[in-house]
Amino acid sequence: MFRSHVMVCGGTGCTSSNSQKIIDEFNKEIKAAGLSEEVQVVKTGCFGLCALGPIVVVHPEGSFYSRVKPEDVKEIVLEHLLKGRVVTRLLYDETVNEGIVTSLNNTNFYKNQMRVALRNCGRIDPNNIEEYIAYDGYRALGKVLTEMTPEQVIKTVLDSGLRGRGGGGFPTGRKWSLAAMNEAEQKYVCCNADEGDPGAFMDRSILEGDPHAVIEAMAIAGYAIGATKGYVYIRAEYPIAVQRLQKAIDDAREYGLLGENIFSTGFDFDIEIKLGAGAFVCGEETALLNSIEGKRGEPRPRPPFPAQKGLFGKPTILNNVETYANIPQIILKGPEWFSSIGTEKSKGTKVFALGGKIKHTGLVEIPMGTTLRTVIEDIGGGIPNGKKFKAAQTGGPSGGCIPASLIDTPIDYDNLIAIGSMMGSGGLIVMDDDTCMVDIAKFFLQFTVEESCGKCTPCRVGTKRLLELLNKITSGNGTMEDLDKIEDLCHFIKENSQCGLGQTAPNPVLSTLRYFRDEYISHIVDKTCPAGVCKDLLKYRILEDKCKGCTMCKRVCPAGAISGEVRNPHIIDTSKCIKCGACLANCKFGAIVKE
Amino acid sequence: MKKISKVPFKGTPEQEKEMKDWLCENGNKPGAALPALQKAQEIYGYLPIEVQRMVAEGVNRPLEEIYGISTFYAQFSLSPKGNYKISVCLGTACYVKGSGKILEKLEQKLGIKNGECTQDGMFSLDASRCIGACGLAPVFTVNDEVYGRIKEDGNEIDEILAKYRG
Repeated sequence: MFRSHVMVCGGTGCTSSNSQKIIDEFNKEIKAAGLSEEVQVVKTGCFGLCALGPIVVVHPEGSFYSRVKPEDVKEIVLEHLLKGRVVTRLLYDETVNEGIVTSLNNTNFYKNQMRVALRNCGRIDPNNIEEYIAYDGYRALGKVLTEMTPEQVIKTVLDSGLRGRGGGGFPTGRKWSLAAMNEAEQKYVCCNADEGDPGAFMDRSILEGDPHAVIEAMAIAGYAIGATKGYVYIRAEYPIAVQRLQKAIDDAREYGLLGENIFSTGFDFDIEIKLGAGAFVCGEETALLNSIEGKRGEPRPRPPFPAQKGLFGKPTILNNVETYANIPQIILKGPEWFSSIGTEKSKGTKVFALGGKIKHTGLVEIPMGTTLRTVIEDIGGGIPNGKKFKAAQTGGPSGGCIPASLIDTPIDYDNLIAIGSMMGSGGLIVMDDDTCMVDIAKFFLQFTVEESCGKCTPCRVGTKRLLELLNKITSGNGTMEDLDKIEDLCHFIKENSQCGLGQTAPNPVLSTLRYFRDEYISHIVDKTCPAGVCKDLLKYRILEDKCKGCTMCKRVCPAGAISGEVRNPHIIDTSKCIKCGACLANCKFGAIVKE
Repeated sequence: MKKISKVPFKGTPEQEKEMKDWLCENGNKPGAALPALQKAQEIYGYLPIEVQRMVAEGVNRPLEEIYGISTFYAQFSLSPKGNYKISVCLGTACYVKGSGKILEKLEQKLGIKNGECTQDGMFSLDASRCIGACGLAPVFTVNDEVYGRIKEDGNEIDEILAKYRG
């Protein structure tokens, strides 16, 4: 037994800011202080507050140390662990109120959250199966195998109202019952961990912080539909997640929780990892199955649906990581508990990766129906540097932008679709006045142009032409007719593409056109970019009254576009200017403006 | 479109043995082509046509199918990479925090374009998809080392490059 536990975040965010070194340092200092028998250091999954990483939490006090540096470790060991004096200097400032330390659960970031899928992230050592078991791990699998029929399992999932967390929002129970109905000698359970949405990282965090939850859920799904084999398709870019998942699978096998005759019930189930190779289209279920088969990840026509003819031609279910992470809790606590959370048609919670221009970037899990305002202002801590909230982007390249006027919209599947965006996998990127909405539409379209697999023409050629039209506008050559052309083309691509990638690719363009049309018009008519982002429309100008004639800008200009005498105001020749911004960055008097 | 290397292929017998051993053991498993190419890229660092041919024979599929897979996935490169692989994250969170400008700065400083390798084979530069370190945006990586909260102005980028130039 240890009297204290030092939990150090080992998620990708904190690992990138050197949390491993902090762990090593703790082990060294704890040993030096002679506390090895009393204090244990645990490397956990993501705590969620990535902006304040690397994060260290000391239990039982629950002291939340943020932005810890290796050189701070000695102080924490000697003061806190040895003498019992919390090092307030290093605590997250919201947990200290006039010298009194308060609980983390009272901070704005955590108090509005509800952790179901992320329940074990930051709480257990993901590399230790016994810690997972200690928190009810594999109890749901035991209950399912010994007390329930496959039909009862499917009914439980159906009654819970759980919908797919990967983007589409298809009822999970319905997917399972379709696959269960189709007779075959072999069926498959697949897990989509190919998190392709740029800016979303919840699936990775779950696999890094609680890999056994996904393994347990896949085994439950296998029992429900009559499958004995599972595949996890995971991005090769997530090395930590792959490594922890592989260890978890090996451990589960050793404990008899995977493999043959699980819980002596005669049920066999095993899981294999397949590494993705970087293709966004593999988020489309049929494309993902092709990729597991070792082929080009191009989508197949549907029907037949995977529940009928999926992987290697056999009935298959494919769910996303976060969807699976909910399953064991639903089995243990019952469908009524789950369906009591959320809104009428969207049950449970949703994890969002909060990023962009927001104070608390990180991972948050909220009950469905929470408003965007709560997420951004309370949990997210608002926009930094006193800037104004302009829009939030959800659903990645398939979603859209939600303008500030709709900040009170309760977030659920149907509301987001109604306002022209979508849930997607849960990326939530916040933008302020410095973000140009035409440029953002272009950014996502550039992404889909590169990621279009090329199989069907509306997507392959359509998105490319759409991008050309946007480029025409941001370079100052657009006309008002182009806006009509863009809208027509968007609808054509949506209606005629084969798979989800093409059908949703125009969404970022359509939603920015819907809410930020005036910005498009500024680019076309006034030839200006209000946010000062689109380079071709930018002009640098020297304010005559502020310029001291120090000649700094003249010397740093790589294009020789600035002229002027010492102690006299300088001038920029806009025909020579290459808009590199060097003059602005070097002016000590704030005399250069970008407009 | 993937850039195809004009550099002559310089595989060693040891590399060939490692590749062929892997193919003997795994080449007949269902869906072996993709993992075989991943293994090949791990061994050789990129996928020249000679290596693709070896994989095609090893998994008993036509070369055009193997070429089709190699050109489909972003992970695969048909040209060699530098000793230090720099990739700049262009995920949305990094992009709105200015990673596009970081990429431009690196292009300027290295004198190469996105997707290219320096003459001396030291650095190669790529734009990458979200690496999931959004809390540290904007981010770039050099091999496995992650550099976060990078500022485009100032000496930070120069200092990082200097570290590798040695």
